[in-house]
Parts: sequence; structure tokens; C-alpha cells
Amino acid sequence: MRPKSKVIFKLIVILIIVLSVMIAKITGQTFAISAEIYFKNFILEMILFLPLIFILIGLLDFWLPDSLVESHIGKDSGIKGSLWIICLAMLAAGPLYGAFPVAAMLWKKGSSIRNIFIYIGAFSTLKIPMLTFETSFLGWKFTLLRTAITLPVFIVIAFILEYFLEKNDFSVN
Amino acid sequence: MIFLLSLTIISVLFSYMFDRKKTYQGILKGLKMFWGIFPDLVLILVVASLILGLLSREMIAQYVGQDSGVWATIMAAIIGSVALIPGFIAFPLAAFLKEAGVSINVLAVFITTLMMVGIITFPIEVKFLGFKAALLRNVLSFVGALVIGLLMGVFL
Repeated sequence: MRPKSKVIFKLIVILIIVLSVMIAKITGQTFAISAEIYFKNFILEMILFLPLIFILIGLLDFWLPDSLVESHIGKDSGIKGSLWIICLAMLAAGPLYGAFPVAAMLWKKGSSIRNIFIYIGAFSTLKIPMLTFETSFLGWKFTLLRTAITLPVFIVIAFILEYFLEKNDFSVN
Repeated sequence: MIFLLSLTIISVLFSYMFDRKKTYQGILKGLKMFWGIFPDLVLILVVASLILGLLSREMIAQYVGQDSGVWATIMAAIIGSVALIPGFIAFPLAAFLKEAGVSINVLAVFITTLMMVGIITFPIEVKFLGFKAALLRNVLSFVGALVIGLLMGVFL
């Protein structure tokens, strides 16, 4: 399919789902009401976070020197590089799909593949705002143990991914 | 959120001070990238909301069960991988499941797959990281989540 017809196809699918959920809502189906609430929250989250993230990526693309990325989180950055990237990810916020474009930009600028996936791993499981939330609902014991176990697991995953992925399969649009 | 907003504003201001043209180009480039994934994102969010709407708390509690058996763990991993649930819904839901008697290892598998595995957002991941990387990452994270759940069950 050509790109334009792809977009139109997606729009049609979106319309069909939205219309059917609206009909379900009119006929009094409870799932439609909660689906609508979820959708409003999702859209709000996306509209709030993503444009900001992309503006930052666009600016960093110009200003962040490749040599800085390479020396801090590049191939020869070792444990220090991984610590850097974990701290960066822990301070982040927003949904996981917002981390992919950031990861892609860092890769393009010379980060090692291992550190890219450590970033995604830490972003998905160790964000500080999320940890405070987790603690209040599941207790500090659960949160602490989960983070302590998760950290080595995603580091191992990052090493495995680095082993399997050559630079050239890691295509960035 | 406030942190991200202020970071963006400060960056834009600084960038503007140094180079106006580059700033415009950078913002435009970023927004273009955003526009590029916008239709995919809306579709993903519509599907995700529909799935979440259809899966009520009680239904999830029923699926992941009261026992810590293999079946409950697998169900938790599958639901966690497919669903896209932001933290502000996921943790209250997890607390609800805990109250409903769901075991710790099942809970940990559910939370971890929610965080690390994203089947619905897979198309977005492929756009940025490529198909092979996205597939491998999700598969490995799925296995990793099972390991984490198992260990959590042993310790707690």
C-alpha cells in the first residue's frame, strides 16, 4: 500500500471502532463507558508528553554533539556509561512508546546498542515517578525487591540484544 | 510532567538565543516525526482503550485466578503483554488484584510484562528500532518477566 492509502486505511479502522463504541454506549453497554474514559486518558497523556519529547529530540539532534554521546554512552563507555544511561532513564516520565524515539536518536548519535536497551529497560521499570506510585499501592518491600531483581534482568537482556543485533539491523527511520 | 515541560521551554529558549534558524528547524523536525507516528498512535490508543474497556477488573482477577499455578502466571503474562495500561491505572489495579488474593509471583509477572512488553505498541517500536530489534526485545522481556515473577514468588 502507498503511504497515503495506509493512512486512510488506519483512519477508517479508527472510525469504525469509535462508531461502534459510540453505538454500544448509546445502547447502555458499560464496557463502552470505561473504554471512553481510558481513551480520554490515553489521548491526554499522548498530547501532553509526545510533542514535548519530539521537540526536545529535534533540538538535541542539532545541538547534542555526537562525540559527547559516544564518549559517555558509546561502545567503550563501560559500566560508567551504563550508570549514566540508567540515571537518565530514571528521571524520565511518560509512556514507553515515548522512549523509542529517544533511544533511536541516541543510537544514531553513537550510543552502544547495549546502553540503548539498558535505557529502554530502565525507562520501562525504574522511572522514579512510577516507583513512588508503585510504593504507595504495593508497598516498599514489593517495589524494592522488584527493582532489585529487574535491574540485572534487563541488563542481561541488553547484553543478549547487543550480541544478536548488528549495527545495520538496527534501522532507524 | 512539569519537569519535562520546563525542560522543553528552557531548551527552546536557550536554543533560540544561540541560533534562531536551527531552533525552528529542530522544532519542525521533531513535530514532523510526531506527525509521522500520529495515525499509528491514535489507532493503537483506540484499540488499547477498547481492550481495557472489555477487560474489567473483576474479569482480570478471575483470569489470573486465586492460585499461583502455571496457568494463572501465563494468563497474567499474556494480559500484561497485550494491555497498554499507564501507571496510574496499573498500580491501583495491581493493589486490587492483591486484595482479591492473586499471588505475588502472578502479580509481579503482570506488572513486569505491563512495563516491559508492548504488543500493541509494537508497530511504533518497529518504526524506531527496526523489526528484528523490536521482536527480540519483546520476546526477551517476556521471558525476563517470567523469571522476575518466579524470583519474586521465592523471596516474598
